Amino acid sequence: MKQYSDLEFLRLSKWEKFRYKLLCFFAAIPRALKNAGIGIGRFFKNAVLGIGREFKDLWLTFREGDWKTKTSYLVMGFGCLARGQILRGLMFLLFEIVFIFYMIVAGGYWISMLPSLGKTGPGEVYNAVLDTYSYEYNDNSFKILLYGVLTIFFIVAFIYTWRANIKQNRVAEQILRSGKKLKSGKDDLRSLVDDQFHKTLLALPLTGILIFTVLPIIFMILVAFTNYDGSHDGYINSLFTWQGLENFRTMLVWKGAGGRSYSATFGEILTWTLIWAFFATFTNYFLGMFVAMMINKKGIRVKKLWRTILILTIAIPQFISLLYVSKMFAKNGIVNGLLLDLGWIDQAIDFWGSTAHNGLTARVLVIVINIWIGIPYLMLIATGILMNIPQDLYESARIDGANPWQQFRKITLPYMLFITGPYLLTQFTGNMNNFNVIYLLTGGAPTNAAASWASGNVGYTDLLITWLFKITTGEDAKYYLASVVGILVFVVVAVISLIVYNVLPSIKNEEDFQ
Amino acid sequence: MNEKRHMGIKASRALSNTIIHILLVIISIIWLIPFVCILLQSFRVESTWQVGYVIPQQWGLDNYAAIFKSDFTHWYLNTFIIALVNAVLQTVIVLCMSYTLSRFRFKIRGALMRFMLILGMFPGMLTMIILYRVLKDLGMTEANAVPGLILVYVASSGMGYYVSKGFFDTIPKSLDEAARVDGATRFQVLTKIILPLAKPIVIYTILTAFMAPWGDFVFARYISFGNPFGMNVAVGMYNWLNKDMINSCYTMFCAGGVIVALPVTILFMCLQRYYVEGVTGGAVKG
Repeated sequence: MKQYSDLEFLRLSKWEKFRYKLLCFFAAIPRALKNAGIGIGRFFKNAVLGIGREFKDLWLTFREGDWKTKTSYLVMGFGCLARGQILRGLMFLLFEIVFIFYMIVAGGYWISMLPSLGKTGPGEVYNAVLDTYSYEYNDNSFKILLYGVLTIFFIVAFIYTWRANIKQNRVAEQILRSGKKLKSGKDDLRSLVDDQFHKTLLALPLTGILIFTVLPIIFMILVAFTNYDGSHDGYINSLFTWQGLENFRTMLVWKGAGGRSYSATFGEILTWTLIWAFFATFTNYFLGMFVAMMINKKGIRVKKLWRTILILTIAIPQFISLLYVSKMFAKNGIVNGLLLDLGWIDQAIDFWGSTAHNGLTARVLVIVINIWIGIPYLMLIATGILMNIPQDLYESARIDGANPWQQFRKITLPYMLFITGPYLLTQFTGNMNNFNVIYLLTGGAPTNAAASWASGNVGYTDLLITWLFKITTGEDAKYYLASVVGILVFVVVAVISLIVYNVLPSIKNEEDFQ
Repeated sequence: MNEKRHMGIKASRALSNTIIHILLVIISIIWLIPFVCILLQSFRVESTWQVGYVIPQQWGLDNYAAIFKSDFTHWYLNTFIIALVNAVLQTVIVLCMSYTLSRFRFKIRGALMRFMLILGMFPGMLTMIILYRVLKDLGMTEANAVPGLILVYVASSGMGYYVSKGFFDTIPKSLDEAARVDGATRFQVLTKIILPLAKPIVIYTILTAFMAPWGDFVFARYISFGNPFGMNVAVGMYNWLNKDMINSCYTMFCAGGVIVALPVTILFMCLQRYYVEGVTGGAVKG
C-alpha cells in the first residue's frame, strides 16, 4: 500500500482521503494484533513479576518484622491492635472472622460444587416408613453457579485485604522506627472525608454495580457454556451442567434438517439490526439538524413554541406514545380509517402484518416512527452546538459568495460531525439495542416464517436484542442460547466501536476540557 | 441598483422564512396528532374498541371513572413511589460517581472507566433472568416488585455518570484548589463549593431519574410476573392492548395515558431548561 506524506494527503480529494484512512486502518490490523499480542505478553510478564515481588515482600516482612507483624499473618489486624490502631485492627479482624465463618458454613460447599454444578438432581425417594414415594429436591445448579461466582469474588477480596493487612504492618514498623506517630482511628475517619474521600464516594455506587451489573453479566457469560434452559432449570426439573463450546457451535456452524441453521437466522437478524441502526441513527441526525437550523434561522417567530411542541415526545413516556402510534397504524386504526374515508384506498392496509418484500412496510414504518421519536433529541443537541459555531465563519463565507447550501456543507456539517462523532457512535450502538421502539411498536411482527423454527417466533422487524428476549421468554426458554446471542451482540458492538474510534477524527482527550 | 439588489435579498429571505414557517406548522401538526387523538379518544363513550375516526360521537368521563375502578390505581401508586425514591437515591449515586471520576486522580481511575465502558456494551437484557431469580430469593418479585425494582434501578445507576461528569469537568479545578489551600476538606469542597454550582446538573439528574421508571417496561414486566399488585403503569396498560382486552380497554388505555402523561409532562416542561442544558452538554462532551 502506498504511504502518503502529510502534504500529499492534504492534496487528495475527500473520497480518496476517506479511502486512504480506511485502507490505513485495515493495513494497521496486523501490526495492531502484533502489538496487542506483545501487550498481552507484557501484561502477563508484569503480572508474574508482580506476584513474585509480592511474595518476596511478604517473605521480607515476615523475616524482618517483630512478633506483632508475624502474628498478623494468621490473625489479621493483630499488628494494628497491638500498636494501638484499634479501629483498623478491629476492621481487619472482623473481616477475617466473617470470611472464615462464611467459608465454613456455605462458601466451601459452593466452591466444591462449582466444577460439576451439582451432583444429585431432583428425584423420587422411597420412604420406607410410610411406604410412599416423595419427590425431593437436592442440589440447585443455579444457586451453585451464582454463589460460586460470588464466593470467588469474596476470596479475591479476602486475599487483597490480607495482603493490605501485611503491608500495614511493614509501613507501621517503618513509621515507628523513624520516630513518628501512627495514625489514630480518628485520623482514619477524617481521611475518609478528605484525602481518601474518593473511596467513600465510590464505595456505594461500585458495590451496586458489582452486584447488580458485573455479577449478572459474568453469570450470563458462564451460562453460555452450560445447558441451562427451561427443562434444565437446575432445581425443579433437572440439574444443568457445563457444555464447553457446544452452544457456540450450535449457533455458528450447526446445520439442521433442510439446511436450517441458527447461523442463517442470526445473520438475517444481524443484517436487519445493522440496517435499522444505520437508518435510525442517520435519519434522525440529519433531519434533527435540519429542523434545528430551521427553528434557529433569523426571522423565525415563536421559536420557543416550535421547540416545546417537539419536546412533547420526550416528555410523554414512550410506552404511551409508541403503543398508541402502533395502534394508529393497526388494520382498524385511525390511519386506515382516514385513508378509507378519503377514498385513497378501498381496503385497509395491513401495515404491521404484511410480509411482502421481507416485511418492507413494517420495516420502513418503524424507521419513520423512530424519526418522530428521535428528532426532538437531535434538535436540542444540534441547537446547542449550532449556537457555538463562530458567526464570523458564516459572515466571511457570505462575503466570499457562498450560498446557504455551501455554507452548510463547508461549515456547519464538518463542525457538527467533528463534535458529535462520539455521540453518533453511542447512538448507533444504542439503536442496535433499541428494545423499546421495536418491541412496543411491532413486537417483531410480521412473522418471518422461514426463520421462525428457531427459538422465539422470529419476525422481520426483530432486532438481535428482541430476539434474545423472545428466546428467554419463549416456550423452551433456552437461556444458554440467549447468552450466546448476548455475547455475539457484545462482540459486534465492540468491533464497531473499535473501528469507529480509530477512524474518527475527534479522538477525545479527556483532559483537554478541563 | 444597489438598493434594488438589497430589496431582492430581503424579498427572498421573506419568502424562505414564509416557507419555513409553513414547514414548521406542518411538523408541529404531525408531532401533535397522536397526542390530540389520544386525548380526544379518552373522552369517547359510545364504544370502547378501536375505531377509524377521531372525534367522539358521544363525550363523557366514563373511561376515567373506569380506570379508577380498575387496578390502575395500584399501578399508578407503584410507579409514583418507584419514581420518587429512584429520583432521590439515583441522584445521590450518580453524583458521587461522576464527581469522583471528574475530580480525583486515583490509581485505578482510568481502568475503572474503561471497564465500565466495556461493561456497557453488554446487552442489559441478558442480566434480567438472573436479576429476577435473585430478587425472587430476596422476596422482591410479583406483589413486592416495587422495592425490587427500586433496588435494581438504583444499584445499576452508577453506570450512567457520563453526562454529569461532563458537567463537573467544566467547573474549573482552581476553585477546588483555592478552597483546599484555605484548609477545606474534600467533603467541604463538595458540599460548599461544587454542589451550589452544579444545580443545573443536579436538577437534570433528578428529572431523568424521576421520568425513567414511568417508561420502563420490559424489566418491570419480568419482575412483576403477571401479578397486578406489582406492576407499574407501563406493564399494566400494555396488557390492556393485547388481543383479548383491546376491545374492552382501548379507550381506557387512552384515558390512562392522559392521566400518566399529564403530571410528568407538566413537570418536564417546568424543568425543560435544565434538561436541555444536560442533553446538549452531555452530547458534546461525551
